[in-house]
Amino acid sequence: MNYLERRVIHGVLLLAGVSVLCFAFGVMAPGDFFDEMKLNPQISPATVAALRSQYGIDQPLPLRYGRWVESVLRGEWGYSFAYNCPVRSLLMVRAGNTLLLTTLATLLAWLIALPLGVWTANRRGRWDDRLGLAGTTLLLSVPELVIALVLLYLAVRTHALPAGGMVSVGFGGLGKQAQLIDLASHLVIPAATLVLASLPLLVRHIRASVLEVLQAPFVQAARAHGIGGARLLFRYVLPAAANPLSSLLGLSIGGLLSGSLLVEVITGWPGMGPLLLEASLARDVHVVIGAVMASTFFMIAGSMVADVLLVVLDPRVRLGST
Amino acid sequence: MRTVSGYSESATTRAQSPGAPGLLCARELTVCYASRGEPSSPALLGIDFDIAPGEIVGVLGESGSGKSTLALSILGLLPESADIAGSLVFEGKDLLRFDESAWRGIRGARIAMVFQEPGLSLSPVMRVGSQIAEVLRAHRQEGSNHRKLQVEAVLAEVGLTQVDRIYKAYSHQLSGGELQRVALSQALACRPDLIVADEPTRSLDGTRQKEMLDLLRETNRKFGCALIFITHNPGLLAGFADRVIVMYAGRIVEEGPVSRVFRRPLHPYTKGLLQLMPTSLQYAGRTRGQHLPVLPGTLTDDDHLSPGCSFASRCSARTQVCQTEFPAEVAPEKGRRVSCFNYEN
Repeated sequence: MNYLERRVIHGVLLLAGVSVLCFAFGVMAPGDFFDEMKLNPQISPATVAALRSQYGIDQPLPLRYGRWVESVLRGEWGYSFAYNCPVRSLLMVRAGNTLLLTTLATLLAWLIALPLGVWTANRRGRWDDRLGLAGTTLLLSVPELVIALVLLYLAVRTHALPAGGMVSVGFGGLGKQAQLIDLASHLVIPAATLVLASLPLLVRHIRASVLEVLQAPFVQAARAHGIGGARLLFRYVLPAAANPLSSLLGLSIGGLLSGSLLVEVITGWPGMGPLLLEASLARDVHVVIGAVMASTFFMIAGSMVADVLLVVLDPRVRLGST
Repeated sequence: MRTVSGYSESATTRAQSPGAPGLLCARELTVCYASRGEPSSPALLGIDFDIAPGEIVGVLGESGSGKSTLALSILGLLPESADIAGSLVFEGKDLLRFDESAWRGIRGARIAMVFQEPGLSLSPVMRVGSQIAEVLRAHRQEGSNHRKLQVEAVLAEVGLTQVDRIYKAYSHQLSGGELQRVALSQALACRPDLIVADEPTRSLDGTRQKEMLDLLRETNRKFGCALIFITHNPGLLAGFADRVIVMYAGRIVEEGPVSRVFRRPLHPYTKGLLQLMPTSLQYAGRTRGQHLPVLPGTLTDDDHLSPGCSFASRCSARTQVCQTEFPAEVAPEKGRRVSCFNYEN
């Protein structure tokens, strides 16, 4: 069995384990979706009981888990009590929205962080490195909640950008190009928040990785052979720094579905965040489990991408170090 | 202050440095590492030496003697925190006035270096052959096909037979001896006039050490490139180097032809080092439980800053004057110099 097959099997087992735990905790938590109805004097206890048995909530835990697995295998991923539809169709739309936002933000964050990290590492201890360090420290200490609120405040004050939502009212009536512009303008605030929030950590990790390679004996040896400038950076330093950075990229990918939940709720982006929040509050158990499983899947996929990248980039991993 | 005036006096009175003037001349070379604005103890203190074209010069000293700083300053690779003064003239040009791009033209092309740990001095994620090709690429405008042929030729020159396998290998796939040869081939690629080798045999076992020394000697004869061989082991220099420079606490304490210095060392430090040299003869009569000889004491920062002779605290022959004054350099015979008040004892 080769390395990749082992990793895939490992990932599937992990998913199964997470599903059991998630299901157990979700179901064992006190209260269920229909508890709120009991407070309504117009709904008789008999109706509530009938609804509970209709949805199978009165069944014992293993049986419910079995039925859930069955529905997963059918491709429905359980049933949402609140939306009265299979979880899958619900999740697909929301996950798509989240991925649009987070993929864009992650891509942007890396595109900004990579040159910034490499630059500050090369300018270690100089004024621009210190400025970068101060900037990342400042950003690191500001919670993303505050960043989002400040951006929203600015948007509301200046009316330059829509504050919340994904598209404007009457989106359907717009032309293709206008639709794209509308969508992009709605993306700015949540995406900017995510970029600003993830930037400092990325920059610091990249700077540290590059710095470590810059101090490696083989970089000094290359300099001693008269290799310098861009050639040294691109041929010697960056390929060697790619090893730790591909793990970091795996983490970035792993967070694609779960890293933006709070920001989505604050900025009103109709992604997984608001859905998960509503579902948790309403005890819409299958939706919660579905969302958690989806983000677990991304975590596992992210680390797998990182592993594959490592194999591709590092001959020591690929060929086995002696 | 005292040491500086004492030193410049010696510089004027001492005899002309041995070795024909030529390739590399260092005068009053001083290097200080500043830490957080405060200057720390100097790593090199007014070093004078000459390297003639094609000769092999051994630099002998223990850790902290400044020999590695010397190597790095010859290649302009000192960290930015280092202050360097004096002059370092290579083929008539003062290297210390060079900017980074001028240095880049010298490094690898005219002055090359072989590092201590060949395994660490090669990039782990790049094929060995490409790394040698990179050296050529940095200094010559040639097509990549031509460059590949040159790399294969230089690999053959350093005695590697399986050229194809080595060319495609990564550093972790090669043995210590192969790595050292690859490192040497990188240094040799552009036919430099001077190779600085910093303990290149340290990571090799005895047999490989001997092979490496033979190879260095052979390349020195074949290409006529001068060699500065830095080591802490005097045993490697006997029968290998032409001249030896003995360093202690950032200064040259003794210099001369290897055969004469080793037969009759003048400085107490050189004497101590040579007595420590483990030879099979010495051990033949030794019984178990006897300790190996050691040079008492260690080199400390105080020794660097002492107004007197920096070896005084460890010297068995020290006198009153050794504590207060640095011994001026004298030339007891042609081609030799020593910094000691009591070298005749």
